[in-house]
Amino acid sequence: MTGYIIKRLFAMIVTLWFIITLTFFLMHSIPGSPFNEERNTSEAVQRNLEKFYHLDEPLYVQYGMYLKSVVTFDFGPSIKKSSQTVNEMLGRGFPVSFELGIVTLIVAVFSGIALGIIAALRHNGIIDYLAMTIAVLGISVPNFVLATLLIQQLAVNLTILPVATWSSPKHMILPTLALATGPMAIIARLTRSSMLEVLTQDYIKTAKAKGLSPVKIVFKHALRNALLPVVTVLGSLAASILTGTFVIEKIFAIPGMGKYFVESINTRDYPVIMGTTVFYSTILIMMLFLVDIAYGVLDPRIKLHKKEGS
Amino acid sequence: MEKVLEVKDLHVTFTTYGGEVKAVRGVSFDLLKGETLAIVGESGCGKSVTSQSIMRLIPSPPGRIAGGAVLFKGQDLTKLKESEMRNVRGADISMIFQDPMTALNPTITIGEQIIEGIMQHEMISRQDARKKTLEMLDLVGIPNPVERLKHYPHQFSGGMRQRIVIAMALVCEPEVLIADEPTTALDVTIQAQILDLFKDIQRKTGVSIMIITHDLGVVAQVADRIAVMYAGKIVEAGERREIFYNPQHPYTKGLLNSVPRLDLDGADLVPIGGSPPDLFSPPAGCPFAARCDFAMEVCDRVYPYKTHLSREHHVDCWLQDERAQKMLAGIK
Ligand SMILES: Nc1ncnc2c1ncn2[C@@H]1O[C@H](COP(=O)(O)OP(=O)(O)OP(=O)(O)O)[C@@H](O)[C@H]1O
Ligand code: SF4
Ligand SMILES: [Mg+2]
Repeated sequence: MTGYIIKRLFAMIVTLWFIITLTFFLMHSIPGSPFNEERNTSEAVQRNLEKFYHLDEPLYVQYGMYLKSVVTFDFGPSIKKSSQTVNEMLGRGFPVSFELGIVTLIVAVFSGIALGIIAALRHNGIIDYLAMTIAVLGISVPNFVLATLLIQQLAVNLTILPVATWSSPKHMILPTLALATGPMAIIARLTRSSMLEVLTQDYIKTAKAKGLSPVKIVFKHALRNALLPVVTVLGSLAASILTGTFVIEKIFAIPGMGKYFVESINTRDYPVIMGTTVFYSTILIMMLFLVDIAYGVLDPRIKLHKKEGS
Repeated sequence: MEKVLEVKDLHVTFTTYGGEVKAVRGVSFDLLKGETLAIVGESGCGKSVTSQSIMRLIPSPPGRIAGGAVLFKGQDLTKLKESEMRNVRGADISMIFQDPMTALNPTITIGEQIIEGIMQHEMISRQDARKKTLEMLDLVGIPNPVERLKHYPHQFSGGMRQRIVIAMALVCEPEVLIADEPTTALDVTIQAQILDLFKDIQRKTGVSIMIITHDLGVVAQVADRIAVMYAGKIVEAGERREIFYNPQHPYTKGLLNSVPRLDLDGADLVPIGGSPPDLFSPPAGCPFAARCDFAMEVCDRVYPYKTHLSREHHVDCWLQDERAQKMLAGIK
């Protein structure tokens, strides 16, 4: 197990390095710099600014400095908002984004699995059709469309929920709903089809022949096996929730990291771009790692370590 | 001897898009205490459906027990509520399926899979259930069971898994064990070991075994009595000796002739030509008529009456009908 984890950690660092490098060079290949927009700064001032942020150095020197900032996890001050460091921005934005992301993930996973199980058990019944219709809608309607619809109906027309911001649990409902519906629908469909397949397996017949109750059969024997394919998509779902937060945070004016990320790209705020990218990538890579571990725990046939003989 | 199980005129149908499949059409047989009854017949003749109907495990819909009764110690199982039936499954009647590779849940340890069965039916502590499981694993020949309890199915070979499945089926001391092709998926040496295990356990526990197979070698090895099924009916049944040495139904004879035997030359092997009738609309007469060398007009029109040849041996074939026998006697 530890050998496996060390190997994975090493692979994660390599992946991260690759992402950082790619981001760095992509970022510098976008035309324009943080300073040459509408504001009329004199040439001397601009040169001084560039010197201060080391933008006058050759690219490989800057690259080295960025790598160092990644390793020490200190990205320095923002170029655009020089009163704040990137670390401060992340420290402020991350808890909010994390809250939105985690709540969304939990809502999506639990409601998706529940919906999938119900649909499978009522196979071809009204509930099944209803659940799958919701699921297809959920998959095909983009979250920003859903977000605007929800705001329009529930916040503007019915005024039962606040339009935007992130100040109370009530404020969390609409953004979470908008963000969770797509992933929930994917999980529901996957759970349903996987559950239907598992229920035809021989070991389910064996469980019935033992006299187990339907509840035991579904939750103890079928669900764990049915969830294996669901677990494999959790990694990519987490990624889509993560990117979804950019848009949703923008629409609902939620003060998370997504705002900084989007703004930083528009304004070529290099340290902020690098900081947020490294941060997002780390989280995503960690998620994928956790998914692998979870898979190994759920399925004893997958050996994370080679020690055990068969 | 005491009858543990009596199947009386069992009818099972499946409703499909193509119509009603009459898979089992009036099957009757008894299972006595401590004996082994083998049910043999070609693929699709209704062996599995019959056995699963006894346990009420046919998928429903589309399956349905359309008539008849299944008496377990005098109680009609077809009339029980589903919750009452659950108390019978695994405790009074157990079932073993064909493929040990898929019959066990891959994500649960074998110990837990056996223990949960005990806990379902018996009011005993987990500790005691575990102890019982260890004894049972020992009985079916799993080496160092204490270790093995914690292992998952994929850590066992096919033969070992079938032993575990057998342990699981027998741990609540059922009176009837139904084994649907228990050795078909195993290679020959393992097959023999498993069959020995059946005999051994039967001697020790007195369980009645109903074994389903199309392998006459298996039948010869374990069966006390044999029932031959064809197109959803039992066409001939009797003691092993009677069926092997004095088969009377042309289909039974065909089955026996299609098996290689050590004492005969391979050249004598004759497969049965043709195929069984369509079970959507089975023929009114003898279902074997289209393939039978002795078919007469009456065979096409009327299903043959059951003729008893001895106390146990009976056959559904016009050739054995009493009236034909009387005619023969008259000529002599
Ligand atoms: N779920 C089902 N739906 C429709 N028809 C079915 C179903 N299950 C079984 N049947 C029909 O019932 C008949 C008997 O099937 P059964 O499985 O009992 O055969 P079998 O004697 O066990 O054959 P085998 O040796 O291949 O296992 C077959 O003709 C099959 O088409
Ligand atoms: S009843 Fe007729 S067709 Fe059927 S097996 Fe006997 S002789 Fe053949
Ligand atoms: Mg079968």
